[in-house]
Amino acid sequence: MTRKQKRLAIIGAGVGFLTAAVLLVMFAFSQAVAYFYVPGDLAKADLAPGTRIRLGGLVEMGSVKRGEGKTVTFSVTDTLASVPVTYVGILPDLFREGQGVVAEGAFVSGSPVFVADTVLAKHDETYMPKDVADRLQAQGVTLGGKENIK
Amino acid sequence: MIIELGHYALVLALATAIIQAALPVLGVRRGDRSLMDLASSAAIVSFLLVFFSFAVLTFAYVTSDFSVRNVWENSHSLKPLIYKVSGVWGNHEGSMLLWLLILVFFSMLVASFGRNLPDTLKANVLAVQAWISTAFTLFILLTSNPFARLVPAPGEGRDLNPVLQDIGLAIHPPLLYLGYVGFSVCFSFAIAALIEGRIDAAWARWVRPWTLAAWTALTAGIAMGSYWAYYELGWGGWWFWDPVENASFMPWLAGTALLHSALVMEKREALKIWTVLLAILTFSLSLLGTFLVRSGVLTSVHAFATDPTRGVFILAILVLFIGGAFALFALRASHLKAGGLFAPISREGALVLNNLILTTATATVLTGTLYPLVLEALTGDKISVGAPFFNITFGLLMLPLLFAVPFGPLLAWKRGDLAGAGQRLFAATAAGLLVAAVLYHAKNGGPILAPLGIGLGAYLILGAVTDLMLRSGIGKVAGRVAARRLAGLPRSAFGTALAHIGLGVTLIGIVAVTAYETETVVEMKPGMLAEAGGGYTLRFDGMREGRGPNYTEDSGHFTVSQGGVKVTEIWSSKRLYSARRMPTTEAGIRTFGLSQLYVSLGDEMAGGGIVVRIWWKPLILCIWGGALFMMTGGIVSLSDRRLRVGTPSRARKAPPLAVGAAE
Repeated sequence: MTRKQKRLAIIGAGVGFLTAAVLLVMFAFSQAVAYFYVPGDLAKADLAPGTRIRLGGLVEMGSVKRGEGKTVTFSVTDTLASVPVTYVGILPDLFREGQGVVAEGAFVSGSPVFVADTVLAKHDETYMPKDVADRLQAQGVTLGGKENIK
Repeated sequence: MIIELGHYALVLALATAIIQAALPVLGVRRGDRSLMDLASSAAIVSFLLVFFSFAVLTFAYVTSDFSVRNVWENSHSLKPLIYKVSGVWGNHEGSMLLWLLILVFFSMLVASFGRNLPDTLKANVLAVQAWISTAFTLFILLTSNPFARLVPAPGEGRDLNPVLQDIGLAIHPPLLYLGYVGFSVCFSFAIAALIEGRIDAAWARWVRPWTLAAWTALTAGIAMGSYWAYYELGWGGWWFWDPVENASFMPWLAGTALLHSALVMEKREALKIWTVLLAILTFSLSLLGTFLVRSGVLTSVHAFATDPTRGVFILAILVLFIGGAFALFALRASHLKAGGLFAPISREGALVLNNLILTTATATVLTGTLYPLVLEALTGDKISVGAPFFNITFGLLMLPLLFAVPFGPLLAWKRGDLAGAGQRLFAATAAGLLVAAVLYHAKNGGPILAPLGIGLGAYLILGAVTDLMLRSGIGKVAGRVAARRLAGLPRSAFGTALAHIGLGVTLIGIVAVTAYETETVVEMKPGMLAEAGGGYTLRFDGMREGRGPNYTEDSGHFTVSQGGVKVTEIWSSKRLYSARRMPTTEAGIRTFGLSQLYVSLGDEMAGGGIVVRIWWKPLILCIWGGALFMMTGGIVSLSDRRLRVGTPSRARKAPPLAVGAAE
């Protein structure tokens, strides 16, 4: 092999591999990405049943009901609209009524109930998922987080 | 008073850094030795000043001086001493000071141990280090001053975020920063080489120990962070592909690539330009990580405070350094002479493949991490890119590398023999397939990919062992000769083997946990039994209240039995930290060999029962055990005489006595 051919072989392998990587990334983006919504956006969003989304907002006061065994139901609200959510499992330590929450999952066909498989309310008592804070602030809701700091 | 002295020391450190940033470069241009030598003394003074400053802040934490705002916000007089100390870096301001301390620490090391570096190179390297430290000292002083006072001083502090009150978190940030910031030395060497327009194999020999040291520390830091998330957050996961995790993982990937390309450059003088580029890239990713984590664009446990000026400031530093470095690279790279021819099938070729795959994988992780930020900035759409994305892209891209790893060390430099290497790996391949077949049979079928993955791990481990066996001639020559040859192998050969074994061990852990873990969520009342997985049964005995220095807790007691015989017991608890009224989960974990039983408590139900989440995590310790192997490999490699910091070619001139002593 001449120097030129060797260089060509290496560049060829590189370009081939990069192309594969780009295709893979594009495929993964079409499959494995969840959009974020607050309840008020859902009406105009027109989601196909089964589409994975992240639903964010506040846990509505008085809405948390522990059903039989491990199932929990609660509502997520952005003060404009409210969506009932069911979740099987253990809620995070910082899950509380009136606090920010993000639920990841999908709507089941023909039902208004959002079935979550992941519920995030993490790390800090003043934690408000950034997405939620932005949306809520945009809608003029004052956030309760700050008063909790004594 | 002492607080103000700490603040003042930091201001002095800034002045010293500015001197160190400017005068040595001038000295190099004018050929003025005394100006160049200034770099070393300035680096040492800088370190002492920042160290003093850091010590003062630590003192404020230990004595619970709540007149310092930072202490008040993040400490509590009842906190155990170790968490008072670790609280110093458990917040934005303090952690930036730690970042700076480690940066000047590395400059000091270069100054003290780089005696045999050429004067001009050393002066330039230290100057570039000072550019970075100037920027970050300014950042701390202008936007994140940890010494700001609070008048009047409150009587009690607000306590450290309870999830950070943990021994893992006491060690994780310093180790991670040692890695992150350690790559700054590689960056400075690269920039200095570009400024001088000259680069050779000796350069790679000087850079490699720093890369190794930073890489080893980063490996430890990431593993520690992962283990902390696993046991402290109570979610049972060990890696979430969270943006902040990716922020530390990307420099690690690029650093791994740098480690390998520097090898080619050192041995064969090839891949020069690429190595310089990688050195710049690796530290750029470290800076990007600092930006992502510290600017508040991401919300997570690491984003302590969101203050827009800080984000803009770090972004400016980021743009300045990365942009400047790449501009310099574009201008000067063509001046660097290429050298070292090699065939595609050769050790060099294998290392190029390693670099190709690692950098592509880094790029996909980068894409997945930044895409949501970019998309939101462009369209306002908010999306989350989660684990599935990274599992598909990163997982598939890394797969060919895993197959190729054992081949690398078996190929000769310049021109290798692929078929020969394959033949010598026959035993390892066969053993890997055998492991997969036996496992497939033992699990009565089930998914085929999991046994294959574990077989691949076994192949990696045995492939690394094969390399050592071949080099020492075990099985070919008499046992004593082989043992002597094995002992005579360079330490870096063992380092390589250990790191590659570690890769295999981690892979086995990941596959085993992903495929075979069992999760049981069950509501339990005292006296009830639950299948825990792994053949163990769990009995819930009841709850007990307790209290610690700054929290109260409800603990559940469980008895673990196997086949009706009691094996051990587990306490799992939920704590409420009094100062912040913040609950945390303290999972109960018991280790059985390399596997673990993981119990975390949920809510108490109306009827007196409690929701319990039980995981059986088979071989989970392999994940971090593999990292331990990699770190050991890094340390063993670092102790190689040929690579010891500051022991390059000129050591030959040393008197024979000194050489004998070094043996």
